[in-house]
Amino acid sequence: MLRRTLSRVSWVDVFLRIFQLVAAVVILIGLYKTFTTARYSSEQWATLAFAGLAQGSIYALIALGYTLVYGILLMINFAHGEIYMTGAFSTVFLAMYFNRIGFLQSSPVLAIIVLILFSAAVSTSIAVLLERIAYRPLRNAPRLIPLITAIGASFALQYTFRGLFGSQFRAYPDIAVLKGTWNILGFDVPLVQPVVFLAAVLLMVALYWFVERTKTGKAMRAVSEDKAVARLMGIDIDRIIVSTFALGGALAGAAGVFNGLFRPQGVFFLMGFFPGIKAFTAAVLGGIGNIPGAMMGGLLLGLIEALGPNLILEGLGIPAANQLKDAIAFLVLVLILIFRPQGIFGERLAEKKA
Amino acid sequence: MAMLEVHDIHTYYGNIHALKGISLEVNQGEIVTLIGANGAGKTTTLRTISGLLRPRQGTITLNGELISELPAHELVYKGIAMVPEGRGVFAKMSVQENLEMGAYHRNDKAVITSDLEYVFGLFPRLKERRRQVSGTLSGGEQQMLATGRALMSKPTLLLMDEPSMGLAPILVEGIFDTIQAINKEGTTVLLVEQNALMALSIAHRGYVLQTGQIVLTDKADKLKKDPTVQKAYLGVD
Ligand SMILES: Nc1ncnc2c1ncn2[C@@H]1O[C@H](COP(=O)(O)OP(=O)(O)OP(=O)(O)O)[C@@H](O)[C@H]1O
Ligand SMILES: [Mg+2]
Repeated sequence: MLRRTLSRVSWVDVFLRIFQLVAAVVILIGLYKTFTTARYSSEQWATLAFAGLAQGSIYALIALGYTLVYGILLMINFAHGEIYMTGAFSTVFLAMYFNRIGFLQSSPVLAIIVLILFSAAVSTSIAVLLERIAYRPLRNAPRLIPLITAIGASFALQYTFRGLFGSQFRAYPDIAVLKGTWNILGFDVPLVQPVVFLAAVLLMVALYWFVERTKTGKAMRAVSEDKAVARLMGIDIDRIIVSTFALGGALAGAAGVFNGLFRPQGVFFLMGFFPGIKAFTAAVLGGIGNIPGAMMGGLLLGLIEALGPNLILEGLGIPAANQLKDAIAFLVLVLILIFRPQGIFGERLAEKKA
Repeated sequence: MAMLEVHDIHTYYGNIHALKGISLEVNQGEIVTLIGANGAGKTTTLRTISGLLRPRQGTITLNGELISELPAHELVYKGIAMVPEGRGVFAKMSVQENLEMGAYHRNDKAVITSDLEYVFGLFPRLKERRRQVSGTLSGGEQQMLATGRALMSKPTLLLMDEPSMGLAPILVEGIFDTIQAINKEGTTVLLVEQNALMALSIAHRGYVLQTGQIVLTDKADKLKKDPTVQKAYLGVD
């Protein structure tokens, strides 16, 4: 009996269990040390957390694009980071123009809304174009093929923008009203953070409403469950697939503007790479294909990234922990893929088959 | 002219020649059944008519109009609905959402609402469970849902693929009664069944399918008495 059980446990399982245990212990030690040495004030923690939430909401918006497309086509659109870049990048010029003519100062709210719409329109167009020329002809190809195409499309977009606009950074202009701070729960928070967070949450609520309540949203869910039966209902699945790419593109475009407002370093042609992979991590974290999962995954990743280095790494005595932000995000990706590939809210990938 | 005319269709799965020249007709107001052993090509025939598969050869016309070139989603507009094999309910969507999907191509909101009530009248069980996620329905309830969903498109021709599959005999009776009722109200039905006896007892005419070909066709009551049919499909020695 015991032997039979043992023979079913493979060495990989044993290794993974040990690895899991070690990871947990290391994290706990880090947490313990950080808290016992009281290195940071609650003020500082709150600052980190608010920044993390704002960044996380940007990841969440991008992650939704991965998850929407995966839900319908079971395909990971690895060019999505570049879809985000095209919107953010194109819009920087409009933002500079608005700055020059004073529109950004005279009516900042309206100006920002126009920027968001413009960025969303650019990203949507690129997403729809990609679907039409790069993915649709490969719809029935083996799954690896569109993946390779997506990587090719990423390079094509990156170097088109580099060719057109060069490789330097361009920063979004400062917007005076976003420079202030806001007192939340007794902490002074840079105004731009809650603004970005709330705007992103608003968009996510709108998306959720769209998918749950509108006819097209319901059709999307139907197509993601069973394409053949969806066609029998009179649903033109090509149209629904295009809408899905468009929706994901629009959210990524909006995220591009939020990023521009929130982070001072500005846009450049490779800017989509890291947010793209991190948003993918967020989507996997929440369970790819799962819409609320992508939202929660994004916020969670933002928080982990913001707090993780100080919370865990410094406790372990690792120097310059904040520079390891990106490493933390990828560590998270590796850990979920190993221990919970279906993500926090997801069903097992195997069930969704190919 | 028959309502549905299937003329010499050949359908393939890759190299597999599944339908080898099927011809059949369904007249307005009829219930026609297609019976045959496992793998005979019944499902393939229905999927070809509904546009999910494209015949490599042959034609299908509906009221004289060539439909075998049209994509599946356009056939709904022509009045064809299908209850697929295994029901194909959208498991993660609620009962009501499934029914709404049946009316996807329609824009007459007020009429859709009254049709919803009609379907609920036909299947009161669905009304009780309208907010329930469909994946949690019993097999019989899912069959009701799939049938109700097809009716929500207001079809003139209803294709049904083994509605009795996996259901207890008492439920099967109920489903067949419903099919008859739907037919009496004017919907033409093409019914694929393993349960040949039941199918022949409600159908006007029948076709017997064997390895991708029609081997026999007649009035339903004649087929019921046919010795080969009795032996092969009705379990009579
Ligand atoms: N997706 C497919 N790919 C390859 N061959 C298929 C496919 N679907 C069906 N076939 C083959 O086509 C033939 C007809 O199948 P079909 O499903 O139409 O039979 P059926 O009469 O509906 O059978 P059943 O009573 O078991 O449902 C069978 O030989 C089957 O193996
Ligand atoms: Mg079948």
